[in-house]
Amino acid sequence: MSKIDLNNMEGVYFDILKEIGNIGAGNATTALAQLLNTKVDMKVPKVDLLEFSEVGEAMGGEEQLMAGIYQIVEGDISGSIMFLLEEKSAITLISKLMGTPEVDNVSEFGDMELSALKEIGNIITGSYLSSLSMLTNLKIISSIPAISIDMCGSILSVPAIEFGEVGDKMLLIQTQFSDDMKLDGFFILVPDLESYDKILGSLGM
Amino acid sequence: MGEMIKVGMADLKLCKAPNAITTLGLGSCIGIALRDPVTKVGGLAHIMLPDSKKIANNQCIAKFADTGIAELVRIMVDAGATRSRIVAKIAGGAQMFALQSKSETMAVGARNAEAVVKILGEMKIPILAQDTGDSYGRTVEFFPETGDFVIKAVGKPIKKI
Repeated sequence: MSKIDLNNMEGVYFDILKEIGNIGAGNATTALAQLLNTKVDMKVPKVDLLEFSEVGEAMGGEEQLMAGIYQIVEGDISGSIMFLLEEKSAITLISKLMGTPEVDNVSEFGDMELSALKEIGNIITGSYLSSLSMLTNLKIISSIPAISIDMCGSILSVPAIEFGEVGDKMLLIQTQFSDDMKLDGFFILVPDLESYDKILGSLGM
Repeated sequence: MGEMIKVGMADLKLCKAPNAITTLGLGSCIGIALRDPVTKVGGLAHIMLPDSKKIANNQCIAKFADTGIAELVRIMVDAGATRSRIVAKIAGGAQMFALQSKSETMAVGARNAEAVVKILGEMKIPILAQDTGDSYGRTVEFFPETGDFVIKAVGKPIKKI
């Protein structure tokens, strides 16, 4: 039986997951700065354990257009990780990265832009996962990324369903990157319950 | 015009005409709209998983197709619907990510749709229309007055089933 009950998570466990969120987001910021070759600042990430019904709201409404980059996580832990970028942020980021003018609408993105977004997601979640891996000494491998640009609620249904198999809440890490641009990004890490035990166990909990 | 009632993820609610009921951004989840065409008592459930019996943590009845549909029928009958007249329309069950994986979860949209069709069949609730599958999210609005089930998706024309 798992030590963790996601619905009744004790303070200290939640704090650890929060701290991993902080460190991971920090590394992700560095990766983003290197990628764009500019200085990128990060606000202190907000880590929340939310009811399913609250998550859409927390991210700006269920119908908010977002780009979600999703990867399966394997190795010593199993689960999935998702990086979500609000529509406006995705447009800004792509324009910066590719040196093209900002498009009005994400539907104007072609294969090239989508592929670039996927790669950004891959780099950001990769740096997040590698900090988790370093902290815990666990082997963590992520699959090739898949992307969906759609309503926030629809994209979220995928990790929500995975969380839904173990509890009624989900762990959301919200990060705001800023520099001369402001980017709102969200991480959702979905380890299965056994993996929570492994992560916490390896940290001596 | 009545008001628009909002149903969240893993949630279900009753709706009587002239009110309407909506759920936003259905992805792999399924929206199940039920209605008694005579009393115009309806309801909408936004379920996430097919079967409550396969999962230990199953207190949230609106999360599962089996318990969610049963509960919605119960509150509709309490509100004056006749069980034998209830009909259904369903939407959702998309596969949001085209990821090559053995993971069962990736096909959860299709599994959800299959489970809902099977459960409604067992409960002898006819499915009048459905819009499931594909790879895009849907917002749905249901009008118990007329039985219209309106489906909106990003970059696609509004559909009425």
